[in-house]
Amino acid sequence: MSLMHWAILLPFIFAIFVPILYKYIRPVHTGWFVLIIPTVLFLYFLPYISSIANGETFYEAVPWVPSLGIDFAAFLDGWSLLFVLLITGIGALVVLYSIYYLDKKHEAIHNFYVYLLLFMGAMLGVVLSDNLIVLYVFWELTSLSSTLLISYWFQRDASIAGAQKSLNITVFGGFAMLAGFALLYVITGTFSIQEMIGQADVVINHELFLPTMILILLGAFTKSAQFPFHIWLPDAMEAPTPVSAYLHSATMVKAGIYLVARFTPVFGGAPEWFWVISGFGLFTLLWGSLSAIRQKDLKGLLAYSTISQLGMVMCLLGLGSAALYFDEANELYTVAILAAVFHLFNHATFKGSLFMCAGIVDHETGTRDIRSLGGLMLVMPATATISLIGAASMAGLPPFNGFLSKEHFFMAITDATQYGIFNMETAGMLFPVIGWVASVFTFVYCCIFFFKTFAGPFNADRFAKTVHEAPVGMLISPAILGLIVITVGLFPNLLSQSIIEPSMASILNGLPMDNEAFAVDIEHWHGFSAELFMTIGVIAFGSLIYVSMGKWKELSIYKKSEDVFSPLYDSSISGLIKGSQKITNVQMTGRLRDYFAYISVFFLIVVGWTMIRYDAFAIDLQYISEVNSFEVALVVLLLVSVLSLPFIQQRVAAIVMLGFIGFLIALFFVNLRSADLALTQLLIETVLVILFMLAFYHLPELRKETKRLTFNWTNALISFGVGLMVTLVAFSAFTFGQENDFSPISEYYIENSADLAGGYNMVNVVLVDFRGLDTVLEVLVLGIAALAVIAVIRLKLKEGDDV
Amino acid sequence: MELLMSVVVGVFFMVGTYLLMTRSLIRVVIGINLLSHATHLLLLTMAGLKTGAPPLLNRGETEFSDPLPQALILTAIVISFGITAFTLVLAYRTYKVNKTDDLDQLRGSHDE
Repeated sequence: MSLMHWAILLPFIFAIFVPILYKYIRPVHTGWFVLIIPTVLFLYFLPYISSIANGETFYEAVPWVPSLGIDFAAFLDGWSLLFVLLITGIGALVVLYSIYYLDKKHEAIHNFYVYLLLFMGAMLGVVLSDNLIVLYVFWELTSLSSTLLISYWFQRDASIAGAQKSLNITVFGGFAMLAGFALLYVITGTFSIQEMIGQADVVINHELFLPTMILILLGAFTKSAQFPFHIWLPDAMEAPTPVSAYLHSATMVKAGIYLVARFTPVFGGAPEWFWVISGFGLFTLLWGSLSAIRQKDLKGLLAYSTISQLGMVMCLLGLGSAALYFDEANELYTVAILAAVFHLFNHATFKGSLFMCAGIVDHETGTRDIRSLGGLMLVMPATATISLIGAASMAGLPPFNGFLSKEHFFMAITDATQYGIFNMETAGMLFPVIGWVASVFTFVYCCIFFFKTFAGPFNADRFAKTVHEAPVGMLISPAILGLIVITVGLFPNLLSQSIIEPSMASILNGLPMDNEAFAVDIEHWHGFSAELFMTIGVIAFGSLIYVSMGKWKELSIYKKSEDVFSPLYDSSISGLIKGSQKITNVQMTGRLRDYFAYISVFFLIVVGWTMIRYDAFAIDLQYISEVNSFEVALVVLLLVSVLSLPFIQQRVAAIVMLGFIGFLIALFFVNLRSADLALTQLLIETVLVILFMLAFYHLPELRKETKRLTFNWTNALISFGVGLMVTLVAFSAFTFGQENDFSPISEYYIENSADLAGGYNMVNVVLVDFRGLDTVLEVLVLGIAALAVIAVIRLKLKEGDDV
Repeated sequence: MELLMSVVVGVFFMVGTYLLMTRSLIRVVIGINLLSHATHLLLLTMAGLKTGAPPLLNRGETEFSDPLPQALILTAIVISFGITAFTLVLAYRTYKVNKTDDLDQLRGSHDE
């Protein structure tokens, strides 16, 4: 176990102590203790930047299930480090923010922090694991903790519904991903991602390539809320705002992006990978930005904008994978990856701060509905300023960091038309067009977010509370994020060699570089290039659309805010429930005999199929022993009495017949040289008949059948089948044993009974000596049965008591 | 002999299964009892019948019938007695509480 492993485990370990701290140190908000963890982890990982920037990677493995090739392997490179810093850095800010957001007196904050730490550890595990199985375990843990956090206010129906939806969708994707990992193992024979990268050619040319890719992408797309799996994210906004800022914009939803980038060296260069990812990403970008405009809820708007921005990063990763097709680090292709990494970082900063501001507005005014908000600029100047920075960055305005990554996005999608592969010169023209249109709408929803909340006249009567600025503590976190937005916007090259270049090196792993670094030089001014004109166009058209909002907000398409895919999901879930209920109602009749008929038929099918499949029926008469006339008579008598049983109307007669059969079997035992069995059988059968008669003595009415017996042909047929099957199996087993001349285990008992146990009756010696413990337990079973019999008879129930 | 016994076992299983699927609770108990009889005979048959003398060492014999299945069956007889006794008492109790042993009428009662 290296320090890196302990870093992953630290949040889990600390989570154990959170309830204790909450219980015994009530005066201090538990969040202050929790804050230590992400801060310590952030400071621990921060120094890695310099060595990672020099091209080093760190790998530490602890064997977990070595026989299956599963190691708890921690791997740190540029791409992991970016995520680790986001998780711990934003984690620390979110915990700080939550201390002021969640009231320690009225909220169950210990639950909140346990879930949050669980998530933090799981997410660190996802981005630091090299072994796919370990990664999968942490992956599902993030889904689980996300669900717990969404349903944190579990008294609300909407929280529960949102939590279930996210769990259904993300766990469905997770399962698909697990299947994809299994296929990858089949192809490569390893669970280690780094080893798979070495076999990228094998993977792409394998016949299982396409199903593997689709299954893994299902996991990534559901997690990263890509169309059409995006519907869970808006409903996840029922979670407390710190959670939305942390899980549902900055970290967890980026796990899918992380995975796609992680697998780019393995799958990249294949046209399917290129088209599926860039296509879905592009469409999600458009769909998210269009839907965001229709939202009336501030957090809903931010949720759709997150979907849209995730789609944008996804699209860029798809485009950038072309570099692996050409196998050269030409800037024409790598700029897409640069834009993806840069925008991922920028999005975490500005979206985090925007979510926190939305939370502040909600916290201080009691509403998040943009139709009732407005005019808060003068009442909450600090919040308004931070929001303005975030919104401007999201809209892609200079000098903020969003502007720079948006420029690179435009550069990447215009370059993409010149790739000259995968039909990009024709169909690829859609990329700049759709990307630009979506950016116009992005600009519009940023305007809506800011102006509808903060601009306009302020009317104190519209709010249930007296509105004032948030406490300083609550403003610290969004302010820090806002500062990062500005700093990175002004000095983008702070990041270029420390974070972006190492991340690109991990994503485009395997490109021939001659030990040179990727050219990462981010400039504000590119001259009068296509990107600049696209940005100007976005601002012009976006402003035009926003100004004319008064006209189009009467349209019916604006008034409905629900996604069209949500009803589809709801109806398929309820259809699933109804369908299973129908099937259950058909088969669960509540009749014992139906269930037994199912069991018998199933037995017939399974045993019959197995016997036929392995050609196991062996009927050979040469091994059987001779039969004498006494035995024939005995068998005839036995068969007649057994066959008469179903036709006897009198119950007492049936019991007597059962006793008779028991005694006949005892006779058989005598004939078959098993004296002990005969003795036992005689004894037991006598007691049993007495027991039956006793029951009838106490319940005289039970003696007669209440209904005439009817003969049921279906049941008879099933029973006949069972009887025939057992006969065949029994005889086949006997023949099989004779043919193969197994030496029986009992040789041992025959040789050793007298010597070791000093007994001459081998059956008795086996029972009381060799297998003595079994016999003791048998006595125990009988004792339990006796106690149960007494209990059932003696139990006195009052009227209406349940048994 | 083994063939004959296999047929007997099959018939026992057939009748036992049939009784389990009737609607009278008492007959279900009888069916369970028949099935355990059948299983004992099945165990005995599969090992091969009449391979030698009773498994007693002090009578000067050298070939014995297999003692191990016998020991197993002996245990099984006793356990199946326990099961039959318990199911019988359950049937008795069910009848006392519900005044019927018809499984169709028992269906849907509040004790179900």
